[in-house]
Amino acid sequence: MSIIEVNHLTKFYGKSRGIVDVSFNVEEGEIFGFIGPNGAGKSTTIRLFLSLIYPTQGEAKIFGKDCIKYGPELRQEIGYLPSEVFYYEGMKVLDLLKYSASFYKKDCTQRLHELSDLMELDLKRRINDLSYGNKKKVGIVQGLLHQPKLIILDEPTAGLDPLMQHKFFNLIREENKRGATIFFSSHILTEVQRLCNRVAIIKEGSLIAIQDIKTLQKDNYKKIRVTADGLDEKTFNVDGVTGLERENGTVSLFYKGDINVITKLLTNASISDLTVEDLTLEEIFMHYYE
Amino acid sequence: MNIFVHELKTKIKSVAVWAGSITALILIFLSMFKAFSSQSAMVNDLMKSFPPELLIAFGMVDMDWSTILGFYGLLFVFSQICLAIQAANYGVGLVSIEETEWTADFLLSKPVTRAKIMTEKLLAALVSLAITQGIVWAASFLFVNVFREGQEYPVNSLVLLLLSMTVFQLFFLMVGMVISLMVKRVRNVLPISMGLVFGLYILNAFGGMIGEQSLEIISPFKHFAPSYIIKHNAWDMPLVMISVVLIIVSTIASYVLYARRNILSAV
Repeated sequence: MSIIEVNHLTKFYGKSRGIVDVSFNVEEGEIFGFIGPNGAGKSTTIRLFLSLIYPTQGEAKIFGKDCIKYGPELRQEIGYLPSEVFYYEGMKVLDLLKYSASFYKKDCTQRLHELSDLMELDLKRRINDLSYGNKKKVGIVQGLLHQPKLIILDEPTAGLDPLMQHKFFNLIREENKRGATIFFSSHILTEVQRLCNRVAIIKEGSLIAIQDIKTLQKDNYKKIRVTADGLDEKTFNVDGVTGLERENGTVSLFYKGDINVITKLLTNASISDLTVEDLTLEEIFMHYYE
Repeated sequence: MNIFVHELKTKIKSVAVWAGSITALILIFLSMFKAFSSQSAMVNDLMKSFPPELLIAFGMVDMDWSTILGFYGLLFVFSQICLAIQAANYGVGLVSIEETEWTADFLLSKPVTRAKIMTEKLLAALVSLAITQGIVWAASFLFVNVFREGQEYPVNSLVLLLLSMTVFQLFFLMVGMVISLMVKRVRNVLPISMGLVFGLYILNAFGGMIGEQSLEIISPFKHFAPSYIIKHNAWDMPLVMISVVLIIVSTIASYVLYARRNILSAV
């Protein structure tokens, strides 16, 4: 079953573009990455899911139901961590979390304390005394305390130290194992690479690719570096080669196609060093954005 | 009712401050009644020497300072300004505060309809205003009776005056709210609520001065002018109906506007 179905979703703020004709599905149990630079429309898409804003055209369905019409009912099972966290300044952390829990039908008390312990959150402090990172932790706990079936994360790791990021990713993986579907928006590609099964890439309001992380890396370009005598750019004058560069006897290139073609070209050369790598998501990403 | 409870808690301090200030105002004013009443002839003569426009502007026309109720009516105009600012603050800030302080993302991503959010917030504001009014009722009766210098006064006039607070504050609450929803983003509540209150106050004052019967009829300061209520021992019903209609229209418009509102993100 598709947890999220997006059909031709379009949002304009007056004349300025939010997103244009975006369609994709997120399947149950997936960790779905949603990547793009700032201003590409990631937050707009998420805010449409939560009916914080209303679409200009198209629709989004969550758990098979229209996310505007059935919004309040659907949000019982959605956990949301916004990119910027703001809470009622004068409240104590515990009071805020209890207030958050009071919106859900379930009893969230136990989970609330488990999560706070895990994230090392001091429940007695006031919100306005918290650092940005600690506010983010409050955000994580309030987003997960009702054990939602769909977790929507909008650039969740900003402000968390590496140790906390690690804990947070483990937590997300656990939630995923428990059966939760994760929608993970980010512009930090390494974290998407670490966590997600599939990614959608959004650019200037439009989706430009949806792919499996593995196929995105495997069926794509290889990065090849070879240091050898008697090699120059002309050697690699075959289809599928891009980004050819030569520097002090080392040739580096991106290659897409049958790898045997390349190895044959190298048979006569005296190779002192050779590396063949998958592209990082970052490099693939840059490719999409060129 | 969780939103209601949360909202009410955030308003307790403010209610205490407003109710306390108005109580102090009533106490200080009425404690001066003895001095005024003993020299009432002189005071009334002094009043006559002022230009009538000025007296109209400050709602002092037709007021007999020598009676306890006339004196109370005079100070009630100032109570009204306080009550109006309080209600307008609550109204303008009611739902816009979530956007000003960026907490709307938190609240609106919870499983709750916007209509319910608004209703519970409104209820909390109404209870806060009712508590304030209750304290003003108690303070008014207490201090009028303490400082009346043995004078008799028409109790039902005082009751009508105090009852008017309910519709009067509702007006500023609801009109304040609808204004906050008509603008794209409220950056600061005070300039809007103060503008609303003093705008309507001045409209009434100047309308009265110029003698033009057009603009001031939208001002609740006109609808519930203490001088009229005390003089006629009744509300000016046609004008009061204008307040009531504006309250109803603002309420409906607020619900419609909020249901359709796009909540802009931080950054």
